[in-house]
Amino acid sequence: MIKIKNLCKSFGEHLVLNNLNLDIKRGETMVIIGRSGCGKSVLLKHIVRILNPDSGEIFINGENIINLDRKKLSELRMKIGVLFQGGALFDSLTVGENVGFLLLEHSKKSRREIFKKYVQEKLAMVGLAGIEDLRPAELSGGMKKRVGLARAICANPELILYDEPTTGIDPIMAAVINDLIRKLHSQLKVTSIAVTHDIKSAYKIADRIAMLYQGKIIETGTSQEIKNSSNAIIQQFIKGEKEGPIK
Amino acid sequence: MKTHFSNLKNGIVSIIEYFGGLTLLLFRTIFWTFAPPLRGKRIIKQANKIGANAVFIIFLIAGFTGMVLALQTAYQMRKIGSEIYIASLVSISMARELGPVFTALVVAGRTGAAITAEIGTMKVTEQIDALETLAVNPIKYLVVPRFLASLLVVPLLTIYADFIGILGGGLIGIYKLGIGRNLYFRMAFQPMVYKDFFSGLVKAFVFAGIISMVGCYEGFRTKGGAEGVGKATTASVVISFILIIAADCLFTAIFYFIFP
Ligand SMILES: Nc1ncnc2c1ncn2[C@@H]1O[C@H](COP(=O)(O)OP(=O)(O)OP(=O)(O)O)[C@@H](O)[C@H]1O
Ligand SMILES: [Mg+2]
Repeated sequence: MIKIKNLCKSFGEHLVLNNLNLDIKRGETMVIIGRSGCGKSVLLKHIVRILNPDSGEIFINGENIINLDRKKLSELRMKIGVLFQGGALFDSLTVGENVGFLLLEHSKKSRREIFKKYVQEKLAMVGLAGIEDLRPAELSGGMKKRVGLARAICANPELILYDEPTTGIDPIMAAVINDLIRKLHSQLKVTSIAVTHDIKSAYKIADRIAMLYQGKIIETGTSQEIKNSSNAIIQQFIKGEKEGPIK
Repeated sequence: MKTHFSNLKNGIVSIIEYFGGLTLLLFRTIFWTFAPPLRGKRIIKQANKIGANAVFIIFLIAGFTGMVLALQTAYQMRKIGSEIYIASLVSISMARELGPVFTALVVAGRTGAAITAEIGTMKVTEQIDALETLAVNPIKYLVVPRFLASLLVVPLLTIYADFIGILGGGLIGIYKLGIGRNLYFRMAFQPMVYKDFFSGLVKAFVFAGIISMVGCYEGFRTKGGAEGVGKATTASVVISFILIIAADCLFTAIFYFIFP
């Protein structure tokens, strides 16, 4: 469903993505792991074209999204849900308006219907039923993240991008979120890409795991394959060891 | 020597870049203004914010300015025994120059700064990115309502400032200098021709454009967390002030030479 070819991106002198290649199949959950600052968020932002690559191509459903015109890009974005690392909730709107934002802006459905049929259900799914009238400023960090997740899945997207879905969330709620991601995958058949350095959560939700290191995907495989990988870099990362090839 | 030269060159290049970016934003804003749908509610909300922010301060500033103008001219006019002209001087100065400029400076200092802080915070917390992923154009959603609200409210506030200034001058003229009330207001409004009033309003529209464009542009350029937002907000006010005064000079000259 998604094919990333020779993607390069640098900020000034700093080369972040260096000829990155990655394929993601329809309906699978791909987890990208890698150290803090290695470019995971930057990679996700390319897939919705918030960032433009210096070179390379990204195909979604066979279409190169680098050349899409404004209208087509808009249509594409409506089918993609994005959870931002910091939640990125709109401060000036209520929680409910945040969650229903896409539908409130783009669909002809009434506000009442959107709240009843979508917003309340999605908030309940992330364990936050009944908070739609609060403001984002009144929420804790973890709650913001979960509202962000509710917003990402509100309009039933085909593709969901999660940037660190479980960081900053207590372990029990993290298990709920992991479950929810699994459920979206098994029941709704959505394709997902999750970015994380929480290796435990990666094992739980992933069909396949890809490791990003120095601007490239150095290995992809199932949780088992990654666990048994012979690559010293991967072993050091998943075991969290101080000594090793990664400095 | 060489570094001075290259500093100067870099400086000029970045100024040109800045104005290029600002102009581009203006064109985009105009484009999105005419792209449906136009959400009246958002414009009204912004207009309320600008108005509520400014009404009382403008009352004070314009009122005192009118009084100061009357007193200063009284000092001169008394020597030649023509205090009667104070009224006309106050009204024409307010309408042509001081009303539009002071209003614009107040709105730039409050609303312009607030626009930058709000959009800048949205930028550094990825809310602008989030808007885009939700298939909403940030210019349409954030800039157009603020732009239109400024174009609507700044001229209204300017007219209000003109009147308050004339009233302030009247306070001095009537109660301190003993000009009759009817005479004062007749002398205030009679010589003020269409052109005086109109040139002030044209300025007000231009200033409104400057404030909203600089405010939004600085917001979108914001980088680097809370500190960045602070810097952008300061830059927004300083640049708006400079551009307002420069534009004022330009338009005063245009009106002076083209419509003498
Ligand atoms: N807009 C930007 N301008 C300049 N540099 C940037 C920008 N965005 C990201 N970078 C740089 O790109 C690199 C990768 O950043 P990114 O946010 O993708 O890291 P990450 O892998 O998501 O890390 P984390 O796990 O901590 O979120 C960092 O070194 C960062 O400094
Ligand atoms: Mg990140």
